[in-house]
Amino acid sequence: MVDAPDVQRHEPAARYTDPIRKYIVIYVCILALAAFQFVIAYSHVDTAAMFARMLFVPLAEAGLALMFFMHLWAEKRGFLLFVVIFTGFVMLAMQYGWTDSYRMELGAPYSQPKSGVVQQ
Amino acid sequence: MSQADLTMEGHAAGLTTGIPPFSIPAKKMAIWLFIIADAATFAACLVAYGFLRNGAPNWPRPFHSITNVVLMTFILLTSSLTMLFGVRAAKASDIGAAFRWTIITAVGGVIFALLHIREWLALIGEGMTLFHNPWGTGLFGSSFFCITGLHLLHVTGGVIALLAVGVRFKGGRYNADDLEVTGLYWHFVDLVWMFVVPFVYLLNLAH
Repeated sequence: MVDAPDVQRHEPAARYTDPIRKYIVIYVCILALAAFQFVIAYSHVDTAAMFARMLFVPLAEAGLALMFFMHLWAEKRGFLLFVVIFTGFVMLAMQYGWTDSYRMELGAPYSQPKSGVVQQ
Repeated sequence: MSQADLTMEGHAAGLTTGIPPFSIPAKKMAIWLFIIADAATFAACLVAYGFLRNGAPNWPRPFHSITNVVLMTFILLTSSLTMLFGVRAAKASDIGAAFRWTIITAVGGVIFALLHIREWLALIGEGMTLFHNPWGTGLFGSSFFCITGLHLLHVTGGVIALLAVGVRFKGGRYNADDLEVTGLYWHFVDLVWMFVVPFVYLLNLAH
Protein backbone atom coordinates (compact mmCIF):
# COMPACT_ATOMS: atom_id res chain seq x y z
CA MET A 1 0.00 0.00 0.00
CA VAL A 2 1.12 3.52 -0.71
CA ASP A 3 0.57 5.81 2.24
CA ALA A 4 -1.39 8.96 1.65
CA PRO A 5 0.71 12.10 1.94
CA ASP A 6 0.49 13.99 5.17
CA VAL A 7 -2.71 15.95 5.30
CA GLN A 8 -1.98 19.53 6.24
CA ARG A 9 -4.65 21.73 7.70
CA HIS A 10 -5.03 24.67 5.30
CA GLU A 11 -6.80 27.54 6.94
CA PRO A 12 -8.55 30.03 4.66
CA ALA A 13 -6.53 33.13 3.90
CA ALA A 14 -9.31 35.59 4.77
CA ARG A 15 -9.45 35.68 8.56
CA TYR A 16 -11.52 38.81 9.25
CA THR A 17 -9.05 40.08 11.83
CA ASP A 18 -8.48 43.52 10.29
CA PRO A 19 -9.32 46.47 12.54
CA ILE A 20 -12.86 47.85 12.26
CA ARG A 21 -11.45 51.27 11.36
CA LYS A 22 -10.17 49.85 8.07
CA TYR A 23 -13.65 48.64 7.10
CA ILE A 24 -15.20 51.97 8.05
CA VAL A 25 -12.66 53.83 5.88
CA ILE A 26 -13.50 51.55 2.93
CA TYR A 27 -17.22 52.10 3.59
CA VAL A 28 -16.78 55.87 3.62
CA CYS A 29 -14.78 55.68 0.37
CA ILE A 30 -17.57 53.66 -1.28
CA LEU A 31 -20.19 56.11 0.02
CA ALA A 32 -18.14 59.03 -1.34
CA LEU A 33 -17.88 57.36 -4.75
CA ALA A 34 -21.63 56.70 -4.73
CA ALA A 35 -22.25 60.35 -3.89
CA PHE A 36 -19.89 61.36 -6.72
CA GLN A 37 -22.11 59.38 -9.12
CA PHE A 38 -25.09 61.51 -8.17
CA VAL A 39 -23.02 64.66 -8.77
CA ILE A 40 -22.02 63.35 -12.21
CA ALA A 41 -25.67 62.69 -13.01
CA TYR A 42 -26.45 66.40 -12.70
CA SER A 43 -23.34 67.63 -14.56
CA HIS A 44 -23.79 69.04 -18.04
CA VAL A 45 -21.77 66.66 -20.19
CA ASP A 46 -22.76 64.67 -23.26
CA THR A 47 -24.16 61.16 -22.88
CA ALA A 48 -20.94 59.40 -23.98
CA ALA A 49 -18.80 61.24 -21.41
CA MET A 50 -21.41 60.66 -18.73
CA PHE A 51 -21.59 56.97 -19.59
CA ALA A 52 -17.79 56.65 -19.32
CA ARG A 53 -17.80 58.30 -15.90
CA MET A 54 -20.81 56.26 -14.82
CA LEU A 55 -18.91 53.11 -15.78
CA PHE A 56 -15.64 54.06 -14.10
CA VAL A 57 -17.08 55.04 -10.70
CA PRO A 58 -19.06 51.82 -10.03
CA LEU A 59 -16.06 49.80 -11.20
CA ALA A 60 -13.98 51.53 -8.51
CA GLU A 61 -16.76 50.94 -5.94
CA ALA A 62 -17.07 47.29 -6.93
CA GLY A 63 -13.29 46.86 -6.77
CA LEU A 64 -13.20 48.15 -3.19
CA ALA A 65 -16.16 45.98 -2.16
CA LEU A 66 -14.68 42.89 -3.81
CA MET A 67 -11.18 43.30 -2.43
CA PHE A 68 -11.97 44.39 1.13
CA PHE A 69 -15.62 43.66 2.00
CA MET A 70 -15.54 40.28 0.26
CA HIS A 71 -11.88 39.77 1.24
CA LEU A 72 -10.77 38.75 -2.23
CA TRP A 73 -7.51 40.61 -1.61
CA ALA A 74 -6.76 38.34 1.36
CA GLU A 75 -7.37 35.12 -0.57
CA LYS A 76 -4.68 33.28 -2.54
CA ARG A 77 -3.40 35.26 -5.52
CA GLY A 78 -4.31 32.37 -7.80
CA PHE A 79 -7.94 32.59 -6.72
CA LEU A 80 -7.99 36.37 -7.15
CA LEU A 81 -6.65 35.98 -10.69
CA PHE A 82 -9.14 33.20 -11.42
CA VAL A 83 -12.13 35.34 -10.36
CA VAL A 84 -10.96 38.54 -12.06
CA ILE A 85 -9.78 37.00 -15.33
CA PHE A 86 -12.68 34.58 -15.72
CA THR A 87 -15.38 37.14 -14.87
CA GLY A 88 -13.70 39.83 -16.96
CA PHE A 89 -13.46 37.53 -19.96
CA VAL A 90 -17.13 36.55 -19.76
CA MET A 91 -18.22 40.18 -19.47
CA LEU A 92 -16.00 41.35 -22.30
CA ALA A 93 -17.35 38.55 -24.48
CA MET A 94 -20.85 39.99 -24.00
CA GLN A 95 -19.91 43.22 -25.73
CA TYR A 96 -20.02 41.77 -29.24
CA GLY A 97 -23.51 43.09 -29.97
CA TRP A 98 -22.90 46.83 -29.74
CA THR A 99 -22.27 47.24 -33.46
CA ASP A 100 -25.73 45.89 -34.12
CA SER A 101 -27.17 48.34 -31.59
CA TYR A 102 -25.61 51.22 -33.52
CA ARG A 103 -26.97 49.73 -36.74
CA MET A 104 -30.46 49.99 -35.25
CA GLU A 105 -29.81 53.63 -34.50
CA LEU A 106 -27.90 54.76 -37.56
CA GLY A 107 -28.61 52.17 -40.22
CA ALA A 108 -26.10 49.62 -41.44
CA PRO A 109 -23.55 50.73 -44.02
CA TYR A 110 -24.82 50.07 -47.56
CA SER A 111 -28.23 49.16 -46.17
CA GLN A 112 -30.00 51.56 -48.53
CA PRO A 113 -30.91 50.05 -51.91
CA LYS A 114 -28.93 51.48 -54.84
CA SER A 115 -30.94 53.46 -57.34
CA GLY A 116 -32.20 51.33 -60.21
CA VAL A 117 -31.75 48.05 -58.32
CA VAL A 118 -34.98 46.21 -57.76
CA GLN A 119 -35.11 44.49 -54.40
CA GLN A 120 -36.45 40.94 -54.47
CA MET B 1 1.43 -5.13 -6.10
CA SER B 2 1.66 -4.13 -9.73
CA GLN B 3 2.84 -0.76 -10.99
CA ALA B 4 -0.71 -0.03 -12.21
CA ASP B 5 -2.13 -0.58 -8.73
CA LEU B 6 0.50 1.70 -7.23
CA THR B 7 -0.34 4.39 -9.77
CA MET B 8 -4.06 4.09 -9.08
CA GLU B 9 -3.57 4.22 -5.35
CA GLY B 10 -1.23 7.17 -5.65
CA HIS B 11 -3.83 8.96 -7.73
CA ALA B 12 -6.60 8.24 -5.25
CA ALA B 13 -4.44 9.39 -2.37
CA GLY B 14 -3.80 12.64 -4.23
CA LEU B 15 -7.53 13.22 -4.47
CA THR B 16 -8.13 12.63 -0.78
CA THR B 17 -5.51 14.88 0.74
CA GLY B 18 -8.25 17.15 1.97
CA ILE B 19 -6.58 20.25 0.57
CA PRO B 20 -9.27 22.22 -1.29
CA PRO B 21 -8.49 24.25 -4.42
CA PHE B 22 -6.97 27.65 -3.59
CA SER B 23 -7.16 26.60 0.12
CA ILE B 24 -10.81 27.70 0.11
CA PRO B 25 -13.48 25.61 1.87
CA ALA B 26 -16.00 23.94 -0.42
CA LYS B 27 -18.97 26.12 0.65
CA LYS B 28 -17.04 29.31 0.06
CA MET B 29 -15.82 28.09 -3.31
CA ALA B 30 -19.41 27.20 -4.25
CA ILE B 31 -20.72 30.68 -3.37
CA TRP B 32 -17.88 32.30 -5.33
CA LEU B 33 -18.76 30.21 -8.38
CA PHE B 34 -22.42 31.19 -7.91
CA ILE B 35 -21.39 34.85 -7.63
CA ILE B 36 -19.39 34.65 -10.86
CA ALA B 37 -22.35 33.05 -12.67
CA ASP B 38 -24.82 35.55 -11.21
CA ALA B 39 -22.54 38.44 -12.13
CA ALA B 40 -22.67 37.20 -15.71
CA THR B 41 -26.49 37.08 -15.51
CA PHE B 42 -26.74 40.68 -14.31
CA ALA B 43 -24.10 41.80 -16.80
CA ALA B 44 -26.13 40.20 -19.60
CA CYS B 45 -29.25 42.07 -18.41
CA LEU B 46 -27.40 45.39 -18.26
CA VAL B 47 -25.78 44.85 -21.67
CA ALA B 48 -29.18 44.02 -23.18
CA TYR B 49 -30.59 47.14 -21.52
CA GLY B 50 -27.75 49.25 -22.96
CA PHE B 51 -28.33 47.70 -26.37
CA LEU B 52 -32.02 48.67 -26.29
CA ARG B 53 -31.36 52.12 -24.84
CA ASN B 54 -28.81 52.86 -27.50
CA GLY B 55 -30.97 51.61 -30.33
CA ALA B 56 -34.33 53.13 -29.33
CA PRO B 57 -34.81 56.69 -30.58
CA ASN B 58 -37.37 57.80 -27.98
CA TRP B 59 -35.91 56.40 -24.78
CA PRO B 60 -37.72 58.04 -21.84
CA ARG B 61 -36.06 59.83 -18.90
CA PRO B 62 -38.81 59.54 -16.30
CA PHE B 63 -36.91 60.09 -13.03
CA HIS B 64 -37.36 63.59 -11.59
CA SER B 65 -36.06 62.95 -8.08
CA ILE B 66 -33.15 60.88 -6.79
CA THR B 67 -34.13 61.06 -3.12
CA ASN B 68 -35.52 57.54 -3.02
CA VAL B 69 -32.59 55.97 -4.87
CA VAL B 70 -30.08 57.84 -2.67
CA LEU B 71 -31.81 56.46 0.41
CA MET B 72 -31.93 52.94 -1.03
CA THR B 73 -28.24 53.09 -1.94
CA PHE B 74 -27.27 54.35 1.51
CA ILE B 75 -29.25 51.60 3.23
CA LEU B 76 -27.82 48.83 1.07
CA LEU B 77 -24.22 50.05 1.42
CA THR B 78 -24.66 50.36 5.18
CA SER B 79 -26.15 46.88 5.37
CA SER B 80 -22.98 45.59 3.73
CA LEU B 81 -20.95 47.12 6.55
CA THR B 82 -23.22 45.65 9.23
CA MET B 83 -22.91 42.26 7.53
CA LEU B 84 -19.15 42.59 7.73
CA PHE B 85 -19.40 43.35 11.45
CA GLY B 86 -21.61 40.27 11.87
CA VAL B 87 -19.14 37.95 10.14
CA ARG B 88 -16.26 39.50 12.07
CA ALA B 89 -18.09 38.89 15.36
CA ALA B 90 -18.89 35.32 14.29
CA LYS B 91 -15.23 34.64 13.50
CA ALA B 92 -14.37 35.99 16.96
CA SER B 93 -16.94 33.52 18.45
CA ASP B 94 -19.13 36.39 19.69
CA ILE B 95 -22.43 34.69 18.89
CA GLY B 96 -24.69 37.38 20.37
CA ALA B 97 -23.06 40.24 18.44
CA ALA B 98 -22.95 38.20 15.23
CA PHE B 99 -26.67 37.45 15.51
CA ARG B 100 -27.53 41.11 16.25
CA TRP B 101 -25.52 42.43 13.28
CA THR B 102 -27.05 39.80 11.01
CA ILE B 103 -30.57 40.80 12.05
CA ILE B 104 -29.70 44.50 11.56
CA THR B 105 -28.48 43.62 8.05
CA ALA B 106 -31.71 41.76 7.31
CA VAL B 107 -33.75 44.73 8.55
CA GLY B 108 -31.75 46.96 6.18
CA GLY B 109 -32.65 44.58 3.36
CA VAL B 110 -36.35 44.71 4.30
CA ILE B 111 -36.32 48.54 4.33
CA PHE B 112 -34.59 48.55 0.95
CA ALA B 113 -37.19 46.18 -0.48
CA LEU B 114 -40.08 48.30 0.88
CA LEU B 115 -38.61 51.48 -0.61
CA HIS B 116 -38.16 49.66 -3.90
CA ILE B 117 -41.77 48.46 -3.93
CA ARG B 118 -42.94 51.99 -3.09
CA GLU B 119 -41.02 53.31 -6.07
CA TRP B 120 -42.48 50.64 -8.34
CA LEU B 121 -45.99 51.48 -7.20
CA ALA B 122 -45.38 55.18 -7.89
CA LEU B 123 -44.17 54.40 -11.42
CA ILE B 124 -47.10 52.05 -12.03
CA GLY B 125 -49.39 54.81 -10.77
CA GLU B 126 -47.93 57.13 -13.41
CA GLY B 127 -48.94 54.63 -16.09
CA MET B 128 -45.78 52.58 -16.51
CA THR B 129 -46.24 48.86 -17.16
CA LEU B 130 -44.04 46.12 -18.58
CA PHE B 131 -44.91 47.04 -22.17
CA HIS B 132 -46.18 50.59 -22.06
CA ASN B 133 -45.41 53.97 -20.54
CA PRO B 134 -46.59 57.49 -21.29
CA TRP B 135 -43.11 58.92 -21.98
CA GLY B 136 -41.58 56.90 -24.82
CA THR B 137 -40.71 53.42 -25.96
CA GLY B 138 -42.37 50.59 -24.08
CA LEU B 139 -39.01 48.81 -23.87
CA PHE B 140 -38.10 51.03 -20.94
CA GLY B 141 -40.70 49.46 -18.64
CA SER B 142 -39.72 45.91 -19.51
CA SER B 143 -35.99 46.50 -19.04
CA PHE B 144 -36.50 48.56 -15.85
CA PHE B 145 -38.82 46.05 -14.19
CA CYS B 146 -36.71 43.06 -15.28
CA ILE B 147 -33.40 44.43 -13.98
CA THR B 148 -34.69 45.96 -10.76
CA GLY B 149 -37.05 43.00 -10.25
CA LEU B 150 -34.19 40.53 -10.56
CA HIS B 151 -32.22 42.55 -8.04
CA LEU B 152 -35.20 42.80 -5.71
CA LEU B 153 -35.58 39.02 -5.95
CA HIS B 154 -31.95 38.66 -4.88
CA VAL B 155 -32.47 41.06 -1.97
CA THR B 156 -35.55 39.11 -0.84
CA GLY B 157 -33.67 35.82 -1.08
CA GLY B 158 -30.78 37.39 0.81
CA VAL B 159 -33.03 38.57 3.64
CA ILE B 160 -34.55 35.08 3.97
CA ALA B 161 -31.07 33.52 3.93
CA LEU B 162 -29.77 36.01 6.52
CA LEU B 163 -32.66 35.28 8.87
CA ALA B 164 -32.39 31.51 8.43
CA VAL B 165 -28.62 31.36 8.80
CA GLY B 166 -28.58 33.93 11.62
CA VAL B 167 -31.12 32.00 13.70
CA ARG B 168 -29.38 28.68 13.09
CA PHE B 169 -26.00 30.22 13.88
CA LYS B 170 -27.37 31.45 17.18
CA GLY B 171 -28.80 28.00 17.85
CA GLY B 172 -25.43 26.39 17.20
CA ARG B 173 -26.47 24.50 14.08
CA TYR B 174 -24.42 26.70 11.73
CA ASN B 175 -20.92 28.01 12.22
CA ALA B 176 -19.05 31.21 11.34
CA ASP B 177 -18.11 29.88 7.90
CA ASP B 178 -21.82 29.56 7.02
CA LEU B 179 -22.40 33.16 8.05
CA GLU B 180 -19.39 34.23 6.01
CA VAL B 181 -20.79 32.50 2.92
CA THR B 182 -24.15 34.28 3.38
CA GLY B 183 -22.26 37.53 3.87
CA LEU B 184 -20.44 37.08 0.57
CA TYR B 185 -23.81 36.73 -1.17
CA TRP B 186 -25.10 39.86 0.55
CA HIS B 187 -22.04 41.87 -0.49
CA PHE B 188 -22.61 40.71 -4.05
CA VAL B 189 -26.20 41.96 -3.98
CA ASP B 190 -24.82 45.32 -2.84
CA LEU B 191 -22.19 45.24 -5.59
CA VAL B 192 -24.80 44.69 -8.31
CA TRP B 193 -26.78 47.70 -7.05
CA MET B 194 -23.67 49.85 -7.60
CA PHE B 195 -24.09 49.22 -11.34
CA VAL B 196 -27.90 49.32 -11.47
CA VAL B 197 -28.07 52.83 -9.97
CA PRO B 198 -25.96 54.70 -12.54
CA PHE B 199 -27.16 52.84 -15.63
CA VAL B 200 -30.85 52.38 -14.88
CA TYR B 201 -31.58 55.45 -12.73
CA LEU B 202 -28.99 58.18 -13.16
CA LEU B 203 -28.65 57.93 -16.94
CA ASN B 204 -32.44 58.31 -17.14
CA LEU B 205 -32.81 61.43 -15.03
CA ALA B 206 -35.08 64.07 -16.44
CA HIS B 207 -32.97 67.23 -16.74
